[in-house]
Amino acid sequence: MFDPARNAATVVQVRGLTKSYGDFSAVAGIDLSITRGEVFALLGPNGAGKTTTLEILEGYRRRDGGDVTVLGLDPGRQRFQLKEQIGIVLQSTGVDRYLTVAESITMYSAYYPRPRPVDEVIELVGLTDKRDTRVVKLSGGQQRRLDVAIALAGDPELLFLDEPTTGFDPSARHEAWQVVRNLADLGKTVLLTTHYMDEAQYLADRVAVIARGRIVAQGTPATLGGRDAARATVSYRLSTDVEPPPGLGERARPDGLLEFAADDLTVALHELTGWALEHRLTLDNLQVSRPSLEDVYLELTADTTGEGRRP
Amino acid sequence: MKGPALTLFQLRYVNKAYWRNPVSAFFAFAYPLMFLVIFTSIFRNADVQFGARRVNEATFYVPAMAALAVITVCFNNIAVAVTFQRDSGVLKRTNGTPLPSASFFGARILHAVLVSVMLVVITAAFGRAFYNADIPTGVTLVRMLILLAVGAATFCALGFAISSVIPNADASQPIVNAVILPLLFLSGIFIPLGNNPPTWMNWIGRIFPLKHFLTGMQAGFLGSTFHWTDVLIVAAWGLAGLLFSIRFFRWEPRT
Repeated sequence: MFDPARNAATVVQVRGLTKSYGDFSAVAGIDLSITRGEVFALLGPNGAGKTTTLEILEGYRRRDGGDVTVLGLDPGRQRFQLKEQIGIVLQSTGVDRYLTVAESITMYSAYYPRPRPVDEVIELVGLTDKRDTRVVKLSGGQQRRLDVAIALAGDPELLFLDEPTTGFDPSARHEAWQVVRNLADLGKTVLLTTHYMDEAQYLADRVAVIARGRIVAQGTPATLGGRDAARATVSYRLSTDVEPPPGLGERARPDGLLEFAADDLTVALHELTGWALEHRLTLDNLQVSRPSLEDVYLELTADTTGEGRRP
Repeated sequence: MKGPALTLFQLRYVNKAYWRNPVSAFFAFAYPLMFLVIFTSIFRNADVQFGARRVNEATFYVPAMAALAVITVCFNNIAVAVTFQRDSGVLKRTNGTPLPSASFFGARILHAVLVSVMLVVITAAFGRAFYNADIPTGVTLVRMLILLAVGAATFCALGFAISSVIPNADASQPIVNAVILPLLFLSGIFIPLGNNPPTWMNWIGRIFPLKHFLTGMQAGFLGSTFHWTDVLIVAAWGLAGLLFSIRFFRWEPRT
Protein backbone atom coordinates (compact mmCIF):
# COMPACT_ATOMS: atom_id res chain seq x y z
CA MET A 1 0.00 0.00 0.00
CA PHE A 2 2.78 2.41 0.93
CA ASP A 3 4.22 4.03 -2.14
CA PRO A 4 7.21 6.28 -1.38
CA ALA A 5 7.37 7.81 -4.85
CA ARG A 6 3.76 8.87 -4.64
CA ASN A 7 4.19 10.14 -1.10
CA ALA A 8 7.16 12.32 -1.98
CA ALA A 9 5.09 14.05 -4.60
CA THR A 10 2.09 14.54 -2.35
CA VAL A 11 2.28 17.91 -0.65
CA VAL A 12 -1.12 17.97 1.03
CA GLN A 13 -2.99 14.87 2.14
CA VAL A 14 -6.34 15.23 3.90
CA ARG A 15 -8.66 12.40 4.93
CA GLY A 16 -12.02 12.71 6.66
CA LEU A 17 -11.38 16.24 7.96
CA THR A 18 -14.09 17.61 10.26
CA LYS A 19 -14.51 20.83 12.19
CA SER A 20 -17.56 22.21 14.00
CA TYR A 21 -18.31 25.50 15.67
CA GLY A 22 -20.98 24.71 18.23
CA ASP A 23 -23.84 23.08 16.33
CA PHE A 24 -22.56 24.33 12.99
CA SER A 25 -20.56 21.79 11.05
CA ALA A 26 -18.17 23.96 9.03
CA VAL A 27 -16.19 21.07 7.57
CA ALA A 28 -18.07 17.77 7.37
CA GLY A 29 -15.59 15.21 6.11
CA ILE A 30 -13.20 16.41 3.42
CA ASP A 31 -10.63 14.41 1.47
CA LEU A 32 -7.96 16.15 -0.57
CA SER A 33 -4.71 15.20 -2.18
CA ILE A 34 -2.49 17.84 -3.75
CA THR A 35 0.63 17.05 -5.73
CA ARG A 36 3.88 19.00 -5.84
CA GLY A 37 3.83 21.82 -8.37
CA GLU A 38 0.09 21.83 -8.71
CA VAL A 39 -2.19 24.88 -8.57
CA PHE A 40 -5.26 23.61 -6.74
CA ALA A 41 -8.43 25.65 -6.27
CA LEU A 42 -11.09 25.16 -3.62
CA LEU A 43 -14.15 26.64 -5.24
CA GLY A 44 -17.32 27.31 -3.30
CA PRO A 45 -19.84 29.87 -2.08
CA ASN A 46 -19.29 31.92 1.08
CA GLY A 47 -19.57 29.86 4.21
CA ALA A 48 -18.96 26.55 2.40
CA GLY A 49 -15.94 25.75 4.58
CA LYS A 50 -13.11 26.94 2.33
CA THR A 51 -11.40 29.22 4.83
CA THR A 52 -11.88 26.82 7.74
CA THR A 53 -10.24 24.04 5.71
CA LEU A 54 -7.38 26.30 4.69
CA GLU A 55 -6.77 27.58 8.22
CA ILE A 56 -6.62 24.03 9.55
CA LEU A 57 -3.96 23.19 6.96
CA GLU A 58 -2.07 26.39 7.84
CA GLY A 59 -2.10 25.54 11.55
CA TYR A 60 -4.33 28.42 12.66
CA ARG A 61 -7.19 26.13 13.76
CA ARG A 62 -7.32 22.72 15.33
CA ARG A 63 -9.30 20.08 13.56
CA ASP A 64 -11.98 18.02 15.30
CA GLY A 65 -11.26 14.85 13.35
CA GLY A 66 -9.52 13.33 10.35
CA ASP A 67 -5.93 13.01 9.19
CA VAL A 68 -4.02 15.99 7.80
CA THR A 69 -0.49 15.97 6.47
CA VAL A 70 1.08 19.08 4.95
CA LEU A 71 4.64 18.69 3.59
CA GLY A 72 4.88 15.55 5.68
CA LEU A 73 3.97 17.39 8.87
CA ASP A 74 0.90 17.53 11.09
CA PRO A 75 -0.16 21.21 11.21
CA GLY A 76 -1.78 20.67 14.61
CA ARG A 77 1.33 19.30 16.28
CA GLN A 78 4.31 20.42 14.19
CA ARG A 79 3.21 23.96 13.49
CA PHE A 80 6.58 25.62 13.96
CA GLN A 81 8.43 23.38 11.46
CA LEU A 82 5.54 23.81 9.06
CA LYS A 83 5.59 27.61 9.31
CA GLU A 84 9.16 27.65 7.97
CA GLN A 85 8.09 25.97 4.73
CA ILE A 86 4.76 27.57 3.89
CA GLY A 87 3.64 31.01 2.80
CA ILE A 88 0.22 32.29 3.79
CA VAL A 89 -1.91 34.97 2.18
CA LEU A 90 -4.90 35.44 4.46
CA GLN A 91 -8.28 36.66 3.33
CA SER A 92 -7.79 39.96 5.10
CA THR A 93 -4.51 40.91 6.63
CA GLY A 94 -2.45 43.97 7.45
CA VAL A 95 1.12 45.19 7.32
CA ASP A 96 2.65 47.96 9.37
CA ARG A 97 1.52 51.01 7.43
CA TYR A 98 4.61 53.09 8.02
CA LEU A 99 7.16 50.65 6.56
CA THR A 100 8.03 50.61 2.85
CA VAL A 101 7.48 47.66 0.52
CA ALA A 102 11.14 46.63 0.65
CA GLU A 103 11.35 47.08 4.43
CA SER A 104 8.25 44.97 5.05
CA ILE A 105 9.56 42.11 2.91
CA THR A 106 13.05 42.36 4.46
CA MET A 107 11.54 42.21 7.94
CA TYR A 108 9.47 39.11 7.21
CA SER A 109 12.22 37.34 5.27
CA ALA A 110 14.46 37.49 8.36
CA TYR A 111 12.11 35.07 10.12
CA TYR A 112 12.91 32.24 7.71
CA PRO A 113 15.92 29.93 7.50
CA ARG A 114 16.35 30.21 3.71
CA PRO A 115 14.75 33.43 2.48
CA ARG A 116 14.48 34.39 -1.17
CA PRO A 117 16.35 37.62 -2.07
CA VAL A 118 14.09 40.60 -1.38
CA ASP A 119 14.47 42.29 -4.76
CA GLU A 120 13.71 39.03 -6.53
CA VAL A 121 10.47 38.73 -4.55
CA ILE A 122 9.55 42.34 -5.33
CA GLU A 123 10.07 41.74 -9.04
CA LEU A 124 8.08 38.53 -8.96
CA VAL A 125 4.98 40.37 -7.76
CA GLY A 126 5.64 43.38 -10.00
CA LEU A 127 6.20 46.00 -7.31
CA THR A 128 9.69 47.07 -8.41
CA ASP A 129 8.67 50.69 -9.03
CA LYS A 130 6.95 50.78 -5.59
CA ARG A 131 9.97 49.36 -3.80
CA ASP A 132 10.47 52.36 -1.50
CA THR A 133 6.84 53.40 -1.20
CA ARG A 134 5.21 53.19 2.20
CA VAL A 135 2.47 50.60 2.56
CA VAL A 136 -0.09 53.26 3.45
CA LYS A 137 0.29 54.75 -0.06
CA LEU A 138 -0.32 51.52 -2.02
CA SER A 139 -3.57 50.78 -3.86
CA GLY A 140 -5.69 47.78 -2.84
CA GLY A 141 -4.31 45.64 -5.65
CA GLN A 142 -0.74 46.62 -4.82
CA GLN A 143 -1.26 45.81 -1.13
CA ARG A 144 -2.55 42.38 -2.15
CA ARG A 145 0.58 41.84 -4.23
CA LEU A 146 2.63 42.87 -1.19
CA ASP A 147 0.72 40.21 0.78
CA VAL A 148 1.85 37.65 -1.77
CA ALA A 149 5.41 39.02 -1.68
CA ILE A 150 5.55 38.67 2.10
CA ALA A 151 4.21 35.13 1.83
CA LEU A 152 7.00 34.41 -0.67
CA ALA A 153 9.74 35.99 1.45
CA GLY A 154 10.69 32.69 3.08
CA ASP A 155 10.85 30.91 -0.31
CA PRO A 156 8.08 28.46 0.69
CA GLU A 157 7.41 25.08 -0.90
CA LEU A 158 3.67 25.57 -0.57
CA LEU A 159 1.63 28.74 -0.81
CA PHE A 160 -1.87 29.27 0.55
CA LEU A 161 -3.97 32.02 -1.04
CA ASP A 162 -7.33 32.66 0.60
CA GLU A 163 -9.57 34.51 -1.87
CA PRO A 164 -6.67 36.37 -3.43
CA THR A 165 -8.77 38.66 -5.64
CA THR A 166 -12.06 39.19 -3.82
CA GLY A 167 -13.18 42.78 -4.21
CA PHE A 168 -10.76 43.56 -7.05
CA ASP A 169 -11.53 45.46 -10.23
CA PRO A 170 -10.90 43.45 -13.43
CA SER A 171 -7.44 44.85 -14.17
CA ALA A 172 -6.21 44.27 -10.61
CA ARG A 173 -7.54 40.71 -10.85
CA HIS A 174 -5.60 40.05 -14.02
CA GLU A 175 -2.45 41.42 -12.42
CA ALA A 176 -2.94 39.13 -9.43
CA TRP A 177 -3.56 36.18 -11.73
CA GLN A 178 -0.30 36.90 -13.50
CA VAL A 179 1.48 36.75 -10.14
CA VAL A 180 -0.03 33.34 -9.38
CA ARG A 181 1.00 32.14 -12.84
CA ASN A 182 4.55 33.29 -12.07
CA LEU A 183 4.49 31.20 -8.90
CA ALA A 184 3.33 28.15 -10.81
CA ASP A 185 6.20 28.67 -13.24
CA LEU A 186 8.60 28.56 -10.27
CA GLY A 187 7.27 25.10 -9.49
CA LYS A 188 5.57 26.15 -6.26
CA THR A 189 2.53 24.28 -5.07
CA VAL A 190 -0.39 26.65 -4.67
CA LEU A 191 -3.62 26.00 -2.80
CA LEU A 192 -6.12 28.79 -3.33
CA THR A 193 -9.74 29.39 -2.46
CA THR A 194 -12.09 31.38 -4.60
CA HIS A 195 -15.74 31.86 -5.37
CA TYR A 196 -15.04 33.02 -8.91
CA MET A 197 -15.45 30.38 -11.61
CA ASP A 198 -13.26 32.20 -14.10
CA GLU A 199 -10.48 32.45 -11.53
CA ALA A 200 -10.50 28.70 -10.92
CA GLN A 201 -10.68 28.04 -14.64
CA TYR A 202 -7.84 30.39 -15.47
CA LEU A 203 -5.45 29.47 -12.66
CA ALA A 204 -6.06 25.96 -11.44
CA ASP A 205 -4.73 22.64 -12.65
CA ARG A 206 -7.38 20.99 -10.52
CA VAL A 207 -10.53 22.24 -8.83
CA ALA A 208 -12.54 20.90 -5.92
CA VAL A 209 -16.03 22.30 -5.48
CA ILE A 210 -16.94 22.60 -1.83
CA ALA A 211 -20.45 23.15 -0.48
CA ARG A 212 -21.81 22.79 3.04
CA GLY A 213 -18.48 21.53 4.31
CA ARG A 214 -18.18 18.72 1.77
CA ILE A 215 -16.43 18.30 -1.54
CA VAL A 216 -19.14 17.73 -4.12
CA ALA A 217 -16.94 17.42 -7.23
CA GLN A 218 -13.29 17.31 -8.08
CA GLY A 219 -11.37 17.38 -11.34
CA THR A 220 -9.64 19.57 -13.89
CA PRO A 221 -11.58 22.69 -14.89
CA ALA A 222 -12.35 21.04 -18.25
CA THR A 223 -13.74 17.80 -16.85
CA LEU A 224 -15.34 18.98 -13.61
CA GLY A 225 -18.72 17.40 -12.93
CA GLY A 226 -18.50 15.32 -16.12
CA ARG A 227 -18.64 18.51 -18.14
CA ASP A 228 -16.59 17.11 -21.02
CA ALA A 229 -18.78 14.02 -21.29
CA ALA A 230 -22.07 15.91 -21.12
CA ARG A 231 -24.20 16.00 -24.24
CA ALA A 232 -23.62 18.97 -26.50
CA THR A 233 -26.47 21.29 -27.35
CA VAL A 234 -26.86 22.44 -30.94
CA SER A 235 -28.87 25.56 -31.68
CA TYR A 236 -29.64 27.48 -34.90
CA ARG A 237 -32.23 29.72 -36.55
CA LEU A 238 -34.59 28.87 -39.45
CA SER A 239 -37.17 30.98 -41.18
CA THR A 240 -40.59 30.28 -39.63
CA ASP A 241 -42.17 28.77 -42.75
CA VAL A 242 -39.72 25.88 -42.83
CA GLU A 243 -40.19 22.70 -40.80
CA PRO A 244 -36.94 21.43 -39.24
CA PRO A 245 -35.87 17.84 -39.89
CA PRO A 246 -37.35 15.37 -37.37
CA GLY A 247 -35.32 15.00 -34.15
CA LEU A 248 -32.92 17.78 -35.13
CA GLY A 249 -34.56 20.79 -33.55
CA GLU A 250 -37.73 22.01 -31.90
CA ARG A 251 -39.18 25.44 -31.87
CA ALA A 252 -39.24 25.65 -28.08
CA ARG A 253 -37.17 28.67 -27.21
CA PRO A 254 -38.73 32.10 -26.78
CA ASP A 255 -36.00 33.72 -28.87
CA GLY A 256 -37.05 31.62 -31.86
CA LEU A 257 -33.90 29.50 -31.94
CA LEU A 258 -34.21 25.79 -32.56
CA GLU A 259 -32.32 23.51 -30.26
CA PHE A 260 -31.56 19.82 -29.70
CA ALA A 261 -29.21 17.74 -27.59
CA ALA A 262 -26.85 15.59 -29.65
CA ASP A 263 -25.73 12.14 -28.52
CA ASP A 264 -23.26 11.88 -31.34
CA LEU A 265 -22.33 15.38 -32.34
CA THR A 266 -20.43 14.49 -35.52
CA VAL A 267 -23.33 12.52 -36.95
CA ALA A 268 -25.93 15.06 -35.85
CA LEU A 269 -24.06 17.99 -37.41
CA HIS A 270 -23.49 16.08 -40.65
CA GLU A 271 -27.19 15.27 -40.90
CA LEU A 272 -28.28 18.80 -40.10
CA THR A 273 -25.91 20.57 -42.47
CA GLY A 274 -26.54 17.99 -45.18
CA TRP A 275 -30.26 18.62 -44.86
CA ALA A 276 -29.74 22.37 -45.07
CA LEU A 277 -27.55 22.13 -48.17
CA GLU A 278 -30.02 19.85 -49.84
CA HIS A 279 -32.86 22.32 -49.25
CA ARG A 280 -30.65 25.33 -49.99
CA LEU A 281 -31.29 26.80 -46.56
CA THR A 282 -28.94 28.72 -44.28
CA LEU A 283 -28.62 27.88 -40.62
CA ASP A 284 -28.21 31.26 -38.97
CA ASN A 285 -26.50 31.43 -35.56
CA LEU A 286 -25.46 27.78 -35.67
CA GLN A 287 -23.84 27.01 -32.30
CA VAL A 288 -22.59 24.01 -30.37
CA SER A 289 -22.33 24.39 -26.58
CA ARG A 290 -21.54 22.29 -23.54
CA PRO A 291 -22.36 23.13 -19.91
CA SER A 292 -20.00 25.87 -18.72
CA LEU A 293 -18.04 25.56 -15.50
CA GLU A 294 -20.55 28.02 -14.10
CA ASP A 295 -23.51 25.76 -15.03
CA VAL A 296 -21.79 22.82 -13.34
CA TYR A 297 -20.91 24.87 -10.30
CA LEU A 298 -24.41 26.28 -9.88
CA GLU A 299 -25.88 22.81 -10.18
CA LEU A 300 -23.43 21.33 -7.67
CA THR A 301 -23.95 24.05 -5.09
CA ALA A 302 -27.67 24.49 -5.79
CA ASP A 303 -28.89 23.64 -2.27
CA THR A 304 -26.69 26.22 -0.66
CA THR A 305 -28.23 29.54 0.12
CA GLY A 306 -24.87 31.25 0.25
CA GLU A 307 -25.68 32.56 3.69
CA GLY A 308 -23.21 30.37 5.49
CA ARG A 309 -21.52 31.74 8.50
CA ARG A 310 -17.92 32.02 9.35
CA PRO A 311 -16.51 31.57 12.85
CA MET B 1 18.85 34.66 12.64
CA LYS B 2 17.92 33.28 16.00
CA GLY B 3 16.64 34.41 19.42
CA PRO B 4 18.35 37.60 20.58
CA ALA B 5 19.63 38.64 17.13
CA LEU B 6 16.15 38.27 15.69
CA THR B 7 14.71 40.27 18.61
CA LEU B 8 17.14 43.12 17.94
CA PHE B 9 16.41 42.95 14.20
CA GLN B 10 12.69 43.13 14.96
CA LEU B 11 13.34 46.04 17.33
CA ARG B 12 14.79 48.08 14.45
CA TYR B 13 11.56 47.77 12.50
CA VAL B 14 9.34 48.50 15.51
CA ASN B 15 11.44 51.62 16.01
CA LYS B 16 11.24 52.65 12.33
CA ALA B 17 7.47 52.32 12.28
CA TYR B 18 7.23 54.20 15.60
CA TRP B 19 9.09 57.31 14.44
CA ARG B 20 7.32 57.39 11.10
CA ASN B 21 4.08 58.21 12.88
CA PRO B 22 5.31 61.63 14.01
CA VAL B 23 2.03 62.71 15.58
CA SER B 24 1.94 59.76 17.95
CA ALA B 25 5.65 60.13 18.76
CA PHE B 26 5.28 63.87 19.37
CA PHE B 27 2.47 63.42 21.86
CA ALA B 28 4.29 60.66 23.70
CA PHE B 29 7.12 63.15 24.25
CA ALA B 30 5.03 66.26 24.80
CA TYR B 31 2.57 64.64 27.21
CA PRO B 32 4.70 64.48 30.40
CA LEU B 33 6.23 67.93 29.81
CA MET B 34 2.82 69.42 29.14
CA PHE B 35 1.45 68.06 32.42
CA LEU B 36 4.58 69.13 34.24
CA VAL B 37 4.00 72.71 33.11
CA ILE B 38 0.25 72.58 33.74
CA PHE B 39 0.46 71.16 37.26
CA THR B 40 3.29 73.41 38.37
CA SER B 41 1.37 76.38 36.97
CA ILE B 42 -1.84 75.44 38.76
CA PHE B 43 -0.14 74.87 42.12
CA ARG B 44 2.35 77.68 41.64
CA ASN B 45 4.76 78.39 44.48
CA ALA B 46 3.00 75.96 46.78
CA ASP B 47 4.98 73.46 48.79
CA VAL B 48 4.04 69.82 49.10
CA GLN B 49 4.27 67.88 52.32
CA PHE B 50 6.42 64.94 51.34
CA GLY B 51 7.12 62.60 54.24
CA ALA B 52 8.94 64.61 56.87
CA ARG B 53 9.96 67.36 54.52
CA ARG B 54 8.30 69.93 52.33
CA VAL B 55 9.34 70.11 48.73
CA ASN B 56 8.64 72.58 46.00
CA GLU B 57 5.70 71.68 43.76
CA ALA B 58 7.84 71.67 40.62
CA THR B 59 10.40 69.40 42.19
CA PHE B 60 7.61 67.08 43.26
CA TYR B 61 6.22 66.81 39.75
CA VAL B 62 9.47 65.85 38.01
CA PRO B 63 9.48 62.20 39.23
CA ALA B 64 5.68 62.05 39.03
CA MET B 65 5.65 63.11 35.39
CA ALA B 66 8.59 60.82 34.62
CA ALA B 67 6.47 57.98 36.03
CA LEU B 68 3.50 59.15 33.96
CA ALA B 69 5.67 59.12 30.83
CA VAL B 70 6.74 55.53 31.44
CA ILE B 71 3.18 54.38 32.10
CA THR B 72 1.87 56.13 28.97
CA VAL B 73 4.53 54.77 26.64
CA CYS B 74 4.48 51.25 28.03
CA PHE B 75 0.97 50.53 29.23
CA ASN B 76 -1.28 52.84 27.17
CA ASN B 77 0.66 52.77 23.91
CA ILE B 78 1.26 49.02 23.84
CA ALA B 79 -2.35 48.20 24.71
CA VAL B 80 -3.68 50.50 21.98
CA ALA B 81 -1.07 49.66 19.32
CA VAL B 82 -1.31 45.91 19.83
CA THR B 83 -5.11 45.99 19.71
CA PHE B 84 -4.92 47.97 16.48
CA GLN B 85 -2.42 45.50 15.00
CA ARG B 86 -4.70 42.64 15.99
CA ASP B 87 -7.75 44.21 14.35
CA SER B 88 -5.85 45.07 11.17
CA GLY B 89 -4.56 41.52 10.79
CA VAL B 90 -0.87 42.24 11.40
CA LEU B 91 -0.79 39.91 14.39
CA LYS B 92 -2.47 37.04 12.56
CA ARG B 93 0.01 37.36 9.74
CA THR B 94 2.93 37.40 12.18
CA ASN B 95 1.50 34.33 13.89
CA GLY B 96 1.65 32.54 10.54
CA THR B 97 5.42 33.07 10.28
CA PRO B 98 8.19 31.30 12.23
CA LEU B 99 8.97 34.47 14.27
CA PRO B 100 9.09 33.23 17.90
CA SER B 101 6.55 34.94 20.16
CA ALA B 102 9.37 35.79 22.56
CA SER B 103 11.08 37.87 19.85
CA PHE B 104 7.85 39.58 18.92
CA PHE B 105 7.01 40.53 22.53
CA GLY B 106 10.67 41.14 23.39
CA ALA B 107 11.19 43.67 20.60
CA ARG B 108 8.12 45.70 21.59
CA ILE B 109 9.05 45.65 25.28
CA LEU B 110 12.66 46.62 24.59
CA HIS B 111 11.51 49.45 22.37
CA ALA B 112 9.11 50.82 24.99
CA VAL B 113 11.80 50.56 27.68
CA LEU B 114 14.25 52.52 25.52
CA VAL B 115 11.69 55.22 24.72
CA SER B 116 10.84 55.35 28.45
CA VAL B 117 14.47 55.98 29.36
CA MET B 118 14.62 58.79 26.79
CA LEU B 119 11.45 60.33 28.18
CA VAL B 120 12.69 60.20 31.76
CA VAL B 121 15.96 61.83 30.70
CA ILE B 122 14.07 64.57 28.86
CA THR B 123 11.69 65.15 31.76
CA ALA B 124 14.61 65.32 34.21
CA ALA B 125 16.54 67.72 31.97
CA PHE B 126 13.45 69.88 31.57
CA GLY B 127 12.86 69.84 35.33
CA ARG B 128 16.49 70.69 35.96
CA ALA B 129 16.48 73.56 33.45
CA PHE B 130 13.21 75.18 34.44
CA TYR B 131 12.31 73.97 37.93
CA ASN B 132 15.64 73.36 39.64
CA ALA B 133 14.93 69.68 40.18
CA ASP B 134 17.64 67.39 41.60
CA ILE B 135 19.26 64.95 39.20
CA PRO B 136 20.17 61.61 40.77
CA THR B 137 23.82 60.50 40.69
CA GLY B 138 25.91 57.53 41.84
CA VAL B 139 24.14 54.69 43.65
CA THR B 140 20.83 56.58 43.62
CA LEU B 141 21.02 56.78 39.85
CA VAL B 142 21.84 53.09 39.44
CA ARG B 143 18.95 52.09 41.72
CA MET B 144 16.60 54.37 39.85
CA LEU B 145 17.64 52.96 36.47
CA ILE B 146 16.96 49.43 37.75
CA LEU B 147 13.53 50.51 38.95
CA LEU B 148 12.94 52.26 35.63
CA ALA B 149 13.78 49.16 33.58
CA VAL B 150 11.71 46.88 35.81
CA GLY B 151 8.82 49.34 35.87
CA ALA B 152 8.82 49.93 32.12
CA ALA B 153 8.88 46.19 31.39
CA THR B 154 6.09 45.64 33.92
CA PHE B 155 3.82 48.25 32.38
CA CYS B 156 4.51 46.72 28.95
CA ALA B 157 3.51 43.27 30.22
CA LEU B 158 0.35 44.78 31.70
CA GLY B 159 -0.31 46.53 28.37
CA PHE B 160 -0.15 43.16 26.58
CA ALA B 161 -2.31 41.63 29.30
CA ILE B 162 -5.08 44.22 29.00
CA SER B 163 -4.98 44.04 25.18
CA SER B 164 -6.02 40.39 25.57
CA VAL B 165 -9.33 41.44 27.09
CA ILE B 166 -10.02 44.52 24.94
CA PRO B 167 -12.60 43.40 22.35
CA ASN B 168 -11.55 45.67 19.46
CA ALA B 169 -9.44 48.67 18.48
CA ASP B 170 -12.28 51.17 18.92
CA ALA B 171 -12.69 50.11 22.54
CA SER B 172 -8.99 50.19 23.38
CA GLN B 173 -8.55 53.88 24.23
CA PRO B 174 -11.66 54.16 26.47
CA ILE B 175 -10.87 50.92 28.32
CA VAL B 176 -7.24 51.85 28.87
CA ASN B 177 -8.22 55.28 30.15
CA ALA B 178 -10.92 53.88 32.42
CA VAL B 179 -8.33 51.61 34.02
CA ILE B 180 -5.35 53.94 34.22
CA LEU B 181 -6.79 57.40 34.97
CA PRO B 182 -8.37 56.54 38.37
CA LEU B 183 -5.17 54.75 39.36
CA LEU B 184 -3.02 57.73 38.32
CA PHE B 185 -5.09 59.96 40.62
CA LEU B 186 -5.42 57.49 43.48
CA SER B 187 -1.70 56.70 43.43
CA GLY B 188 -0.82 60.39 43.83
CA ILE B 189 0.81 60.81 40.44
CA PHE B 190 -1.39 63.67 39.25
CA ILE B 191 -2.08 65.31 42.60
CA PRO B 192 -0.03 64.67 45.75
CA LEU B 193 -2.06 62.79 48.35
CA GLY B 194 -0.35 64.41 51.33
CA ASN B 195 0.54 62.51 54.47
CA ASN B 196 -2.91 61.36 55.56
CA PRO B 197 -4.96 60.03 52.68
CA PRO B 198 -8.01 57.84 53.52
CA THR B 199 -7.20 54.23 54.38
CA TRP B 200 -8.82 52.81 51.24
CA MET B 201 -6.64 55.06 49.12
CA ASN B 202 -3.58 53.80 50.96
CA TRP B 203 -4.64 50.27 50.14
CA ILE B 204 -4.98 51.07 46.47
CA GLY B 205 -1.47 52.45 46.60
CA ARG B 206 -0.19 49.32 48.33
CA ILE B 207 -1.90 46.86 46.00
CA PHE B 208 -1.38 48.37 42.55
CA PRO B 209 2.08 48.94 41.08
CA LEU B 210 1.73 52.66 40.28
CA LYS B 211 2.36 54.08 43.76
CA HIS B 212 5.32 51.74 44.30
CA PHE B 213 6.79 52.83 40.99
CA LEU B 214 6.23 56.50 41.87
CA THR B 215 7.81 56.07 45.32
CA GLY B 216 10.89 54.55 43.71
CA MET B 217 11.16 57.39 41.21
CA GLN B 218 10.77 59.92 44.03
CA ALA B 219 13.64 58.25 45.87
CA GLY B 220 15.71 58.95 42.78
CA PHE B 221 14.77 62.60 42.35
CA LEU B 222 13.75 63.78 45.82
CA GLY B 223 16.24 61.91 47.97
CA SER B 224 13.62 59.97 49.96
CA THR B 225 14.32 56.42 51.12
CA PHE B 226 14.56 53.76 48.44
CA HIS B 227 12.85 50.44 49.24
CA TRP B 228 13.65 47.32 47.22
CA THR B 229 10.19 46.03 48.18
CA ASP B 230 8.74 48.66 45.81
CA VAL B 231 10.79 47.18 42.97
CA LEU B 232 9.72 43.65 43.94
CA ILE B 233 6.03 44.50 44.02
CA VAL B 234 6.27 46.21 40.62
CA ALA B 235 8.15 43.16 39.28
CA ALA B 236 5.50 40.81 40.69
CA TRP B 237 2.84 42.70 38.71
CA GLY B 238 5.03 42.40 35.62
CA LEU B 239 5.33 38.66 36.07
CA ALA B 240 1.57 38.35 36.59
CA GLY B 241 0.96 40.41 33.43
CA LEU B 242 3.37 38.23 31.48
CA LEU B 243 1.77 34.98 32.63
CA PHE B 244 -1.70 36.35 31.91
CA SER B 245 -0.57 37.40 28.41
CA ILE B 246 1.03 34.03 27.65
CA ARG B 247 -2.24 32.33 28.58
CA PHE B 248 -4.78 34.75 27.11
CA PHE B 249 -3.05 36.75 24.36
CA ARG B 250 -5.03 36.65 21.10
CA TRP B 251 -3.42 36.97 17.68
CA GLU B 252 -6.71 37.15 15.82
CA PRO B 253 -9.51 39.71 15.92
CA ARG B 254 -12.69 38.77 17.70
CA THR B 255 -15.44 38.16 15.14
